[in-house]
Amino acid sequence: MTDHTPRSLRTPLGRVRHLGSARSGTRHFWHQRLTSVANVPLTVAVIVIVMALLGRNHAAVVQILGSTFVAVTMLLFVVTSVYHMWLGMQVIIEDYVHDELRKLVALMANTFFSCAVALAAAFAILKLSFGL
Amino acid sequence: MAEAKTSRPLSPHLQIYRPMLTMMMSIVHRITGGALYFGTLLLVWWLIAAAAGPNAYASVQWFMETLLGRLILFGYTWALIHHMLGGIRHLIWDMGYGFGPAEREWLTVATLVGSVGFTILLWLVGYLIMGGIR
Repeated sequence: MTDHTPRSLRTPLGRVRHLGSARSGTRHFWHQRLTSVANVPLTVAVIVIVMALLGRNHAAVVQILGSTFVAVTMLLFVVTSVYHMWLGMQVIIEDYVHDELRKLVALMANTFFSCAVALAAAFAILKLSFGL
Repeated sequence: MAEAKTSRPLSPHLQIYRPMLTMMMSIVHRITGGALYFGTLLLVWWLIAAAAGPNAYASVQWFMETLLGRLILFGYTWALIHHMLGGIRHLIWDMGYGFGPAEREWLTVATLVGSVGFTILLWLVGYLIMGGIR
């Protein structure tokens, strides 16, 4: 027996088109806050690291950036800040780009740029650390 | 519907309101966020150059020493600290505190004074103690 009692405010058309609640409405907001909290101590740590590297030659910079504690701190900073900026730029694009195709392209470009930045930075840090 | 042309009344846009500090700082928070987004290219360039070798690292050092390089780095420092302090202010607001008329003004002024102050302090320490960009 098919039950036709309405249980939802979503229209049948909306349900077919997969529009409406995806049960993930607060995840974006929460991850933005989560990464922002992580970024406060990590940013302070990275500022200290960069200040300590001022005026040093290449060999010293490689040694310090490649040391375990500094490399792990830099990796954490790259991961949390790139995820944070990826989420943030998504909001900016969704606020200002209203044409569907342009919005789609901009959102894709945002993801590609963020992935490229994170991978390039992580690769450099790991290369310095493992001395390849 | 994005395509629908409506003649319904729109809510007043930015130019209708008298500029207020909290509002300007909200805009600046987004602008600094956008600037830091592209500023990561500088971080990646620096890290890749360090990993590539002494010659590549020397070209980064050369650029950072130029007036343009120093200006970009100074702006990067301020944007980073301003966005961080502004973010802490937003976290305080997220927790439900600091919404009173005096409190929100105080928080906003503290963000601005703090970001400018810390930026100048960091550059003074950088030049006087750490020997500057070399």
